[in-house]
Parts: sequence; C-alpha cells; structure tokens
Amino acid sequence: MTIRTIRPNRGQHYRPRMHCIKKLEAYMVEMQDPKSGLKGTEQKLNVTTIPHVITGQDIIAWLLNKMKVTKEEAEAYGTMLVAYGYIYPLQNHRKLVMCNDGSLYRFQTPYFWPTEKWVAEDCDYAIYLAKRNIRKKGVLEPFEQEHYTHLHTWLNHKWDFIVMQATEQYKAGKDRKKPDRVVLDCQERAYWIVNRPPRRTHSALDYGTDRLIDPTIEEKISFDQHRRMNIFYQQAIMRSKVKSSVSLGALVKFVNTYKSHDPFLAPCLPSNPWVTDNDTYWTLNIRRVDQCTKMRVERWSFSFFELLSDQRGRDDFKSFLKKEFSGENLAFWEAAEELKWGSASAIATKAAVIFKTFLAPGAPRWINIDGRTMGLTVKGLDHPHRYVLDGAQTHVFLLMKKDTFFRYLKSPVYKEMQNRALNPEPHNFSEAQLEQNSRNRSLGVHPITVWQQEEEERAKAAIASAPVDVKAMMSKIDRK
Amino acid sequence: MCDQTFMAITFGPCDSCSKASPLMNIYIKSDPINYCSFCMEMMACQALQSGESLATLKSESDSLKKKLEEERAKLHDVELNQVAEKVELVSALSIRTRRVLKGHGNKVLCMDWCKDKRRLVSSSQDGKVIVWDGYTLNKEHAVTMPCTWVMACAYAPSGCAVACGGLDNKCSVYPLSLDKNENLAAKKKSVAMHTNYLSGCSFTNSDMQLLTSSGDGTCALWDVESGQLLQSFHGHTADVLSLNLAPSETGNTFVSGGCDKKANVWDMRSGQNVQSFETHDSDINCVKYYPTGDAFASASDDGTCRLYDLRADREVAVYQKDSIIFGASSVDFSLSGRLLFAGYNDYTINVWDVLKGNRISILFGHENRVSCVKVSPDGTSFASASWDTSLRIWA
Repeated sequence: MTIRTIRPNRGQHYRPRMHCIKKLEAYMVEMQDPKSGLKGTEQKLNVTTIPHVITGQDIIAWLLNKMKVTKEEAEAYGTMLVAYGYIYPLQNHRKLVMCNDGSLYRFQTPYFWPTEKWVAEDCDYAIYLAKRNIRKKGVLEPFEQEHYTHLHTWLNHKWDFIVMQATEQYKAGKDRKKPDRVVLDCQERAYWIVNRPPRRTHSALDYGTDRLIDPTIEEKISFDQHRRMNIFYQQAIMRSKVKSSVSLGALVKFVNTYKSHDPFLAPCLPSNPWVTDNDTYWTLNIRRVDQCTKMRVERWSFSFFELLSDQRGRDDFKSFLKKEFSGENLAFWEAAEELKWGSASAIATKAAVIFKTFLAPGAPRWINIDGRTMGLTVKGLDHPHRYVLDGAQTHVFLLMKKDTFFRYLKSPVYKEMQNRALNPEPHNFSEAQLEQNSRNRSLGVHPITVWQQEEEERAKAAIASAPVDVKAMMSKIDRK
Repeated sequence: MCDQTFMAITFGPCDSCSKASPLMNIYIKSDPINYCSFCMEMMACQALQSGESLATLKSESDSLKKKLEEERAKLHDVELNQVAEKVELVSALSIRTRRVLKGHGNKVLCMDWCKDKRRLVSSSQDGKVIVWDGYTLNKEHAVTMPCTWVMACAYAPSGCAVACGGLDNKCSVYPLSLDKNENLAAKKKSVAMHTNYLSGCSFTNSDMQLLTSSGDGTCALWDVESGQLLQSFHGHTADVLSLNLAPSETGNTFVSGGCDKKANVWDMRSGQNVQSFETHDSDINCVKYYPTGDAFASASDDGTCRLYDLRADREVAVYQKDSIIFGASSVDFSLSGRLLFAGYNDYTINVWDVLKGNRISILFGHENRVSCVKVSPDGTSFASASWDTSLRIWA
C-alpha cells in the first residue's frame, strides 16, 4: 500500500492577501452604528423571538444612500456581504443572496467574520457537525452528512478529541438561555454555510491556489539585496525621463487619432460581426484582397509601424519599394526580425545568409548603413547571437520610417490605393434578418490552413524570384 | 517613438570580465559601466567592505529612493485629466453579452485570443484546455493537461499552437492540427521549467520563443524548439502573477506584476530590470501595456487599477471608486486606448475612461469571479473568463 497525501506539498502554503476585508469591516461597523446605521427589530421565528433583525430592503436602501450607486450595484454589493458572511439570512439560510424585499437578515458577530490570518479548519467543522449530531441524531442535511462521513475517515485519529470537544460545547450551550442559544446556533450555522458550502455552490471565500511567499511577514532585506536595490535606483535616477506634459500629450494624441477606428467608440463598417452575426467586416480586411477599405488605408498613414503590422500594407509598401529599386532595406529588416524571433539553433545559418546577401562588400542586396554600425555588425557576426543585427536593423528601420515612409504616402501607389478604397455601407438588418444571420454564421478559414497557404506561397516565391527571397530562406531554415 | 533601451549597448565584452555576453547598463557612483549579469551579481554579493554595514547600505537605499522620487517629481508638471480636459466625453456605451461559451466543467482561469480575431483558447481548474471558435461557438480542440489549475494559456501568433501551464511548474506547447481525431497530447512539448507554479505565459513575435512568469518570483524567456532557457529575470521578492509584452516596434521589453506590490519593466535582451513602480496597496494581479507601448495599466487586489507612464517614469492615474472594494483580477485596453476594461472579484466588469478617470459603465452577467478579460486583436469585442465556468464575449 502506498501512502499518498491528498495535496502534494508544493511549498505553497500562504493564502493570498485579501485587501477588501479591512474596507468591508469598516462598512459593517458603520452599518451597525447606533446613530447612523440600521436599526434592527425583533422578529418571531418559530417559537423564539430573535432580536436585531433587519430586512433586505432596509439594507439596500442604506447602501444606496451611503455609496451613491445604482440599485443594481447596491444589490450586487449586498449579495457579496452575505456571501462573505458579514450578514446572514434567517429564512432561507442556504441561499446566500441579498433580496431587495422583506426577507430577514441579521448581522454576523465579529467573531465569525472572515479574516486573513486563519482559515476555517476541518477540525472545527468536525466538532460543529459532531455537536449537532449529539443534539439530535439525523438533523444533519445530506451535504453535511457527506462532509461528516468524509471527515470521520480523514480525522479518525483525532476523533476522540473531536467528540470530547463537541460534548463540552453542547453542555456549555445547554447552560445558556434559550434566545441566546438560538442566536448562537444561527450564527454558527451561517458561518459554516459560508465556509463549507454545499456541493455545486461556490464559496465567495474561495481564493484559488495558495501563494509561495508569505505576504504577511515583514521582509528582512539582506545586504546584497540592498546593493541590488542601490544599483537599480542609481540607473533609474540616471535614466532620461520626459516631462509629463509631453508624454501625456502623446497619449491623448494617440487616442484622438484612433478614436474613429475603435469599434467600441465608432461603428465599424459595415457592421461589427459580433453584433450582427455577419462577418463581412472580417472578409474585407484579410490579407489577400484587391481593394482595401478606406479605414484600413487611413490607418496605414498613422505610423510606419501600423503599415508594417498589416500584412496587406506591407505588401503594398513592398511593391512601392520595388518600383523605387530600394527593396533591400525592408528585406533586411524582415530577415533581421526572423533572426531575432526565430529558433536558437538556426541563428548561425541565418546570420551567414544575411551577411552574404546584405552586408558583405559587393553583396547582391547591399544595404547602405553608416560605417560604424556596419563595422560593429560585421564584427559581431563572427560570433552570431540573437541580437547581433539590432544596431543595423534599428538604423534601417529609422531610415525607412523617416524617409521612405513619407515618400510612400505621397506616392501614386498610395494615392491610387486611397482612390480605389471601399467605403462599405453600414448594414441595416431587421430583426428577422438578424435571426437568420445567427443561424448561418460562417466558419471562416482555419488559421492553420492560412499558415500552410502562406508557406506554400513563400516557397514558390523563393524558387521563382531572384534575387533570393530572404524571408522564404529564413523560414525554410527554421523549419529544418 | 524612440525606445531608449535599444540605443544602449546590449551585447559585447563585459567591463569587468571581458566575456562577450548580454550587458546591463548600470552606474557605479554616476559612472556608466556595462556589466554582464554574473559580474553584477558578484558585485552585489561581495562581502561588506570596511565602513559598510547593513545600516549604511539601508540609509543609502532610502536616500537614493528619495532622490528618485524627487527626480520624478521635477518632471511632474501636469495631471492626466488636465491634459484631457479638451477631449470630448465618451457617449453611453451599449455593451452586451453576444456569446456565452459553455463547456468547461470547472473554473475558467485564463484565456487568449488567436490573431484571426475569432478563435480563442481557454484553460480551467480541472486541467482542460479548450480551443473555441468564438464566433460559431464550436469547440475545435480539447486537451487535458496532467495537472490541475492551468493558470496560464496563450495562442501562438501563427495560430498553429497553444501553450499552457499551471501547477505542474511547466509550460507546454501543443501544436494544433486540422485533423479532429488527432490526439494533441501526443505531440506535446515541454518548454519551460520553473520551480513553482506557472502564473502567466506569452509567445513573443513568433512561435519560437515563449515568455513565462512563475510563482517562484522569476520570469524567463525560452526557446521553444530546444527548451533552452534564453534569459531569466530576477528581481521580484514574491510570486509573479502576470506579464505582458510591449507592443512597440522595437518589442524588446515586457512588464511583470507580482505579490510584492511591484510592477517591473524588463529588458528582454540583458535581463535587466529597467523600471519599477510600487504604488499599489496589495498584490498586482494583472499588467497590460497601452497600445503605444509608452504606458501600462495594472489591476490589483486593493480594488484599484492604475496607469503608469513609462516615459515620465511615474503613476499618472488611479481608477477607483468607494463602492469598488473587491480586487481587480484583470485589465485590458480597447484599440484606441480610450477605454479600460477591468474584471473584478465581485463578479462585475467595469469600463473606465482612461483619460478622464471616471467609470463609464458596469457590466453584470457573471456568477462568480471574473478571472481574465482580453480585447480581441482587432478591437471588435472583448472576452471575459470567469470562475462560473463560462466565457462571455461582449461587444
């Protein structure tokens, strides 16, 4: 027989921080404030009278007044208070929601409030269930019975202790006055419903997995950590920074430039596929399309990066460069990207191909960069590593961005693109048409199929063209 | 938009040991030097010199920290809402649930969009990773991981693979295939190995590299084909919960957020921590870059989301409300960067106006914690994953 622990020890033992608890406690204290809080009344439940009972309506009204939120939000917040166990329902004790009507609730005693420091232990739960069992056999609900049987197996070694504790508590309970006993029973029952919910319901206190490092301990910083911090602070101080007005101004400018392109802020033409179930918007914006939409073409003019990120834009730019006989810059940039993001094993071969094609004196697609960068790059290629082309790549990118890109925007190629661009009419579907659309959602093309097609095209282009299509070479080396 | 990290020397002979390696640009008493990470560690760990003690080092740290704050404050000449005064208000948004994806049997922990704008991958507590076509609600692939709590999943840029990991401390890549009957688990490739749970993973610009963050406090960059560790990033003093790659044209940095309340910006090439922000009151659950790459937002357990400006090196906005008490688990920006979608532990999603700082609307619908919120690649919708076992697509 192998001994297996239920939960393997992964070294994670600490509950995540629950910052909300402090704020919730502050709210609860305010709610019970004798002057500005809620006033409870007495309610008769079965045969006993329970003091300090409040209705759901009153709680929600108080929350609305205090937090100045909508009714929906106040109801959601009220439900969270019940789910966390700060307030418990009297009538349907298993359903932890706040109903905005005359349902009765009570405030939970602070002893039973959730805390960060300790968890509701299985042992305590076993004592509670045992106590209820002693009082009246068969009073446990089915899910509690399940828990009880489970705990009886796993805590069998402690069972004597548990029964003893339960008996003690039961005897102590008998000494109390009946109303106090009923109230305590209600409170305890509510606590355990929150912490050990029935099957197929969730506990709001569920936090996921434990964390590795204890968030509550005071960190003792050692001297080497101080040194590292000092090194970090020094470089952070020396790092050049920009004035807020400049950087924030740039953020605002970006938002203003793109606001008509944001599908949440401006309607996308012809229609948002998720809203109308018609995917024309996507089919109009794929890579291999003859006429582009006006919005797409406009977006290419926003920045060079936008133009390159859209494959269709990049293709258009390539054809412009071909006319200008300056395609080598973009080809080099693409090859350097492939090297940087490609697999580690292919670096040496790719670097050699790039050197032969772009950097060697007399190379077929020699790029024109300054002597210093060229020197450093060629020297680095002796022992090629991932970032060996960074300097040259940046130089070429900036060259294209500051010069070629603007010429492209003024070129007849781009102007023609703008003239031929489509401006699709916005869809205006009726209810019936929308219904039909939702039944006929198109499947589109699987990205794997698209990827395979692209690979084939690249291979064909590599064979057909000269000078050598570097991109195809790169991906071929990658796949080998 | 010139990212200053690429101007710095990042590879070459180290000033101390002369070996060619990725370099960190640091300063020793205001003199710039370039050390490799090993020499920097050696320098940090050398024994206390005469005249040095823990107290003197601590006072030096405190004074440097104060100086950094002063430097930052010098450039603080305007607030975000002042700059945004002339920007018109966002009109009321009518965002509704357009799709509900049901199929997971347990809490959905993470999701990611495919570049084709309609497919997504999601992972859950019971170890199941499902690839959906969100538009038609078809489940295209399903993999069962050998571990539970798959907290991280990512779709490859090509659309041909997914990466996922969690309590198994590893990140594995599964190549997808068009054949429905193929057993994807057979082709699984273990790439990343950490010493504790995997909290986040992301592909870089290609399928060949994977960036991961872990509960052991480190982030790491891996080569997918060989499983080799390319660079590791040390600096967090507690579990790292989230990471995000910069979208800038240079794409050399990423930001990570952890349980030590810090958000750190790293240079991927040298492993150096270039910027750090510590203004939250509790764990940072999620970090996400602004579309330009010059700023990022973070969502934290203290119920606030904050915007940090990288060029000015400071926090510029706090998105909070008295009525929002429960922690924010996830954030994402809309395409223009005007809207910030944040998912919270009180089962709601709040939409914030990034520039003005107010909340535009609150979305109800989920019946348990919202664990992940991501905007689709073309900005037409956003998806939310929740512990109520469903995913919702909103538009």
